[in-house]
Amino acid sequence: MSEAALSPLIPDIKEILAQHGRFPVENLSEADDLYNAGLTSLATVAVMLALEDKFNVEFPDTMIGRRTFRSMESIAEAITQLAA
Amino acid sequence: MRDFIETAILHPLPPTAVSTTIQASVNFDEILKEVHVIGKSVLRVHAADVDKQARFPQESVDAMRGAKLLSAYVPQEYGGMGLNLQQTAKICEALGQYCGSSAMIYAMHKIQVACVVHHAQQSEYFRGYLRQLVQEQRLMASATTEIGTGGDLRSSICAVEITGDRFKVSKKAPVISYGEAADEILVTCRRAPDAPANEQSHVMVRKGEYTAVPISTWDTMGFRGTCSSGFELTAEGNAEQVIPESFTEILSQTMHPYSHIVWGALWSGICMDAVNQARAFVRAEARKTPGETPISAIRLGEVDQVLQVMRHNVAAMAREYDELRSRNCPGVFEDFGFSIRTNNLKLSCSQQFVDIVGRAMLICGISGYRNDSKFSIARHLRDAYGAALMVNNDRILKLNATMLMVHREG
Repeated sequence: MSEAALSPLIPDIKEILAQHGRFPVENLSEADDLYNAGLTSLATVAVMLALEDKFNVEFPDTMIGRRTFRSMESIAEAITQLAA
Repeated sequence: MRDFIETAILHPLPPTAVSTTIQASVNFDEILKEVHVIGKSVLRVHAADVDKQARFPQESVDAMRGAKLLSAYVPQEYGGMGLNLQQTAKICEALGQYCGSSAMIYAMHKIQVACVVHHAQQSEYFRGYLRQLVQEQRLMASATTEIGTGGDLRSSICAVEITGDRFKVSKKAPVISYGEAADEILVTCRRAPDAPANEQSHVMVRKGEYTAVPISTWDTMGFRGTCSSGFELTAEGNAEQVIPESFTEILSQTMHPYSHIVWGALWSGICMDAVNQARAFVRAEARKTPGETPISAIRLGEVDQVLQVMRHNVAAMAREYDELRSRNCPGVFEDFGFSIRTNNLKLSCSQQFVDIVGRAMLICGISGYRNDSKFSIARHLRDAYGAALMVNNDRILKLNATMLMVHREG
């Protein structure tokens, strides 16, 4: 997945993280580890539900995990894959 | 949700010191027998007065100190008994049969001991503290909740301020159970004045290094002897008194599961005492009409069923915890499934507590309702209603509801 293909989703993802992630997102870049930045497992649930609503996708059980939600980049990649 | 399990970070434990202080009495059956002796001869004797006066059960804690019970969970290499959680829970259950407040104090102390044992052994300072805890049988309390955070343990307003090798912290705590009797208080706070609310540390403040100004009293229905008044706490000390691991790790790996298991155990003990009183009452009834089983005996059969479910639930969770600990893989406690099961234990035990004691009261009838009868269930019932409130069940249910949206047991 190229940077160019992902970039359109990043602003929306960042906004959802700001609303539901319960940690400061201003200085985050696409590849930063969200869990290191303060995202908790519990807050991930709210983030996931908001992403599902925004992008009209549903994360299957196999994708629900830290790997998917590690960074804005990995979230964008997952959404692109689900929407395809 | 298993993928949320973080890659295990193994914390190397210090090399086991060759100890000359391992007690010969680390036979658990013997220890439990001694707990019952103390329970009968000390806790039960003072339980009514402790409850009536809402006073600290000094006699009970002195007796526990005499039997070295305050260091039961401390590993043997420091001179402790080296018990696991299953055994510690059994002690809590036994104590609960004699005095709920004393058992609750013991359980809460043990939670803090476990925080140090699990998360601070890499520190020379805390290894020294564990030895001192064993020798002097020091009593640990905690100041986790804070005025202004609405009961959310995962956020703090106050912060520890470290300058050189010293720290300062002050906190408005709505409750510090047995705060006045404790030797040490573990204080949850932000890890630095510029840290966000959820980046927290657990700091041990020591008697003589803090002032605690009471801001509320403790005149409650039950667990009156825990003396859980509110305090404005101001402390300073050596920077090494900050537990090296983050409060997030301490909470998920130790404080959360350990609390719900030891509480469930001591509540079971209080239930056992209530059911035993009901049993004695039924026997007295049966004696009056030999050859005819009194109607209350049916109720005794029913309540015993619920009590068994409650005790087995606690035992299963304690066993799961000990097994997970023995894998030395702290990431397993991050699993949603484990958190949900721990929360379910708390929810069901706190409900069964009221249910069982209420049934015991019905069996004993007016004798159970009286304060001045030997079959009185009044104190048990007043204690029982506190269980759903200490870490409110609604808050716990809401957390479980959130996790269950993505977690499926498989």
